[in-house]
Amino acid sequence: MASRTRSEPTPGDDGSSAVGDPLRPSDHVDGTPTDDAAVTQPRLNLLGYLRFFWRQLTSMRTALILLLLLALGAVPGSLVPQRSSDPNGVVAYQVNNPDTFKILDALGLFSTFTSPWFSAIYLLLFVSLVGCIIPRLKHHLDALRAKPPKTPARLERLVGFSSVTTTTDAATAIAEARSLLKRQGYRVADYPDSVSAERGYLRETGNLIFHIALVGILLTVGVFGSFGYTGQRILVQDEAFTNVISDYDSYEPGRFADENSLQPFQLRLDTFEPKYAAQPNGTWAAEDFAANLSTRVPGGSWSKQTLKVNAPVDVGGTQVYLLGNGFAPVVTVKDPKGTVVYSGPVAFLSQDNNLTSTGVIKVPDGLAKQVAFQGFFCPTPVTTTAGCQSISPYLSTDSQALPVLQLSVFTGDLGLDKGVAVNAYSLNEDKLTKIAGFRTAVPGLDLHVGESADLPDGLGSIEFTGIKRFVSVDIHHDPTPAYALLFAVLILGGLLLSLFVPRRRVWIKATPGAGKKPTRIEYAGLARGEDPTLARAVAELAQRHQQHLEGVSEPARSIDRTANVG
Amino acid sequence: MTPAALAAYSVVAVYSAMAVYVLAFIAFALDLSKRSAIAQSSSSTFAPAAGAKAPASLSRATTGSAGAAKSATVLERIAPPAVPTASLAGQASRFQRTAYALVIVGWVVHVAALVLRGLAEGRVPWSDLYGFVVTGTGIMVGVFVVIQVWRDLKFLGAYIMAVVVLLLGLASVNFYVPVEPLNPALQSAWLVIHVFVATLGTGFFAVGGGLSIAQLLQTRREAGGLARVPFLATFPASEVLENIAYRVIVVGFAFWTFTLMAGAIWAERAWGRYWGWDTKEVWTFIIWVVFAGYIHARATRGWRGSRSAWLAIIGFAAVMFNFTIVNLFFKGLHAYTGL
Repeated sequence: MASRTRSEPTPGDDGSSAVGDPLRPSDHVDGTPTDDAAVTQPRLNLLGYLRFFWRQLTSMRTALILLLLLALGAVPGSLVPQRSSDPNGVVAYQVNNPDTFKILDALGLFSTFTSPWFSAIYLLLFVSLVGCIIPRLKHHLDALRAKPPKTPARLERLVGFSSVTTTTDAATAIAEARSLLKRQGYRVADYPDSVSAERGYLRETGNLIFHIALVGILLTVGVFGSFGYTGQRILVQDEAFTNVISDYDSYEPGRFADENSLQPFQLRLDTFEPKYAAQPNGTWAAEDFAANLSTRVPGGSWSKQTLKVNAPVDVGGTQVYLLGNGFAPVVTVKDPKGTVVYSGPVAFLSQDNNLTSTGVIKVPDGLAKQVAFQGFFCPTPVTTTAGCQSISPYLSTDSQALPVLQLSVFTGDLGLDKGVAVNAYSLNEDKLTKIAGFRTAVPGLDLHVGESADLPDGLGSIEFTGIKRFVSVDIHHDPTPAYALLFAVLILGGLLLSLFVPRRRVWIKATPGAGKKPTRIEYAGLARGEDPTLARAVAELAQRHQQHLEGVSEPARSIDRTANVG
Repeated sequence: MTPAALAAYSVVAVYSAMAVYVLAFIAFALDLSKRSAIAQSSSSTFAPAAGAKAPASLSRATTGSAGAAKSATVLERIAPPAVPTASLAGQASRFQRTAYALVIVGWVVHVAALVLRGLAEGRVPWSDLYGFVVTGTGIMVGVFVVIQVWRDLKFLGAYIMAVVVLLLGLASVNFYVPVEPLNPALQSAWLVIHVFVATLGTGFFAVGGGLSIAQLLQTRREAGGLARVPFLATFPASEVLENIAYRVIVVGFAFWTFTLMAGAIWAERAWGRYWGWDTKEVWTFIIWVVFAGYIHARATRGWRGSRSAWLAIIGFAAVMFNFTIVNLFFKGLHAYTGL
């Protein structure tokens, strides 16, 4: 095998279809076909088997099957919610279909793209790819230095063959052919009575760049991507966020991320300016969200930056993205003696476009029992039995429908004492008793800004003191985008070259006639890879060449013509 | 004119374009039936051409006599790439000429509908599913029209018109949304580039898909089947269809690769990551891989011909699936249907 792969093929030896690149896998249409007739196979030792599997893996057919498996394997990733992109969907699926969940989860379908079987497909594919490009790279580097191969003996078997006779002598015809081919960007080599030319090396160059850049993307994402981290945080107006893990609501480090190397900076939401447009059907559509932030890096002072949906803010090499927004009612809870036991803004998460919001206030300490409030906030309310419903995302100034905070009251065990992480935005009612609100004897609390209400059972009081805005932000540190972009550009560039640059060989042969007989000129081409315009290109080349010959041998022309007429 | 009035005129234009396309479809269908009649009446003329293996390329022999006659040389032999069947030589029937004229008229009205919708919205008209489908079909017809300059593929007219009318009907009846302000997540220059190039790729995949379907049918006819579809005899040979399909699809593939990248760049701006396996990203990836598979299949022994044609058809089906079912029913970040 080794000797065969080294030798340059001699085109035309056994018909053009079988001629090709010996370093292509044997089942490549351009590859050297394996001898199917060999039935008696040698006994393979371990090395033999390894070599056999390697050749199977790097064969074109295997690569193709792996590609199709990759496409097929990605399908479940879109049918089933994924932990990476839709964790809530996964939880919901588990609740709704506990039985199928077990099966699908065992198959790894909820994290399809990191599952062992999906990883196996793409890793095999990339190993196959590397196994294919390394020898091709070597071969191509050799080809770039080599001169075009010897002219085949029988050109008439090749693509676009044509021949003419001329009175021009062979040497002139060859010289003319050489300069013509060179002008057309061919690499030219002289052989006795013929020139051999090849062009389109960029096709293979582009092809190799494309495939190498694919490996580059995979390594960038798989390895360098693991040095990054992402985190989310709800940022209430006037509150400062410091970029340390403990200050995140949720934090996901990459595999190699170093938690001590978080870029130090601080963020603060100063104001939030949403813009909505009223729709004919009575709803509101968001037009623009602008979060005015102050940011600060160590040693610097606060500087102002505006964060928008499509315009992340860069602080100290870390990107901050605007995800969501809403209202944060500010409440103060006091015990019966009037001592403040809880005070501050609480983010209420919006449930619809008009910012009907729900939230939870937890007061674990300071009162006779642990107390929690759960309810609605509506910026422009209409009240229903189940709670308020907002009809506009703007804070109402209409005295008939001022922004309202509607709360039910619970007492019991908030589950905060065990040191286990608990969702701040929901309430586990298992160990709680509802003491006021919908479906209890005591009506719920209905508060407008500045109003306060006593809690049932003489527990204390709560006051609704003001309204702030909040935004939820995604904070990312990812070292890869610049590299990924570089490789993406290489992929696209390489692809364009490899698809649209034709690689072809062309031969022009001039056989001198014996004695006074005219010279016979033959033209033919050979496609290397897809080259649908080859025949036309060879024909045009032949025509051009003949026109040039006509130019150089003016006297010969008349002789020839006379001869013809005679 | 108010935006509402512009949008209303746009709707009228879309329905008008659909009506003209339906007429074009009928004329193309009549053309096919006429081809059937011709093929049957002169089956002897067509049989050998269809049975013979045509050369891999369709190039015209430009070395023709004109150049050779003037020169000092005597043309001894030029192997002319045979024109495989009569149809490509192009005696278009009157039905086909009428149909094609109707396509042009319909397309002008279609483009007018897009311009009106764009004016009504004050931006590019493809920011909701309705506008996207109207744009995508407009591009599809545009690619079909422009590609005729390169090569006469009017025999695909009935197929293209059928796909376009079905999609436009679906969009008008089920996807229509009134003009609304642009979702903040879409306020980006990438909306113009990413989505437009995606529709451009789709246009090429649509033509490539049609060619591949024709190729599969032609392959069966060449193997002795499909006697009841005589108009196939007037189509190019399967190998020619395969080569044209390949050349059309690789253009689509280049556009699709760009779409994927532009999408990743935009995602990085808007969502903070360039790739997150969002459902739409998954499908764009699947389509890319299927067409990459198609290109590799063309270079793999035993996969050329019908198998690669199936991949091209599966790829186009996945594109359609991505732009309709995935947009409507799959949960994900690309939730911009406006429905």
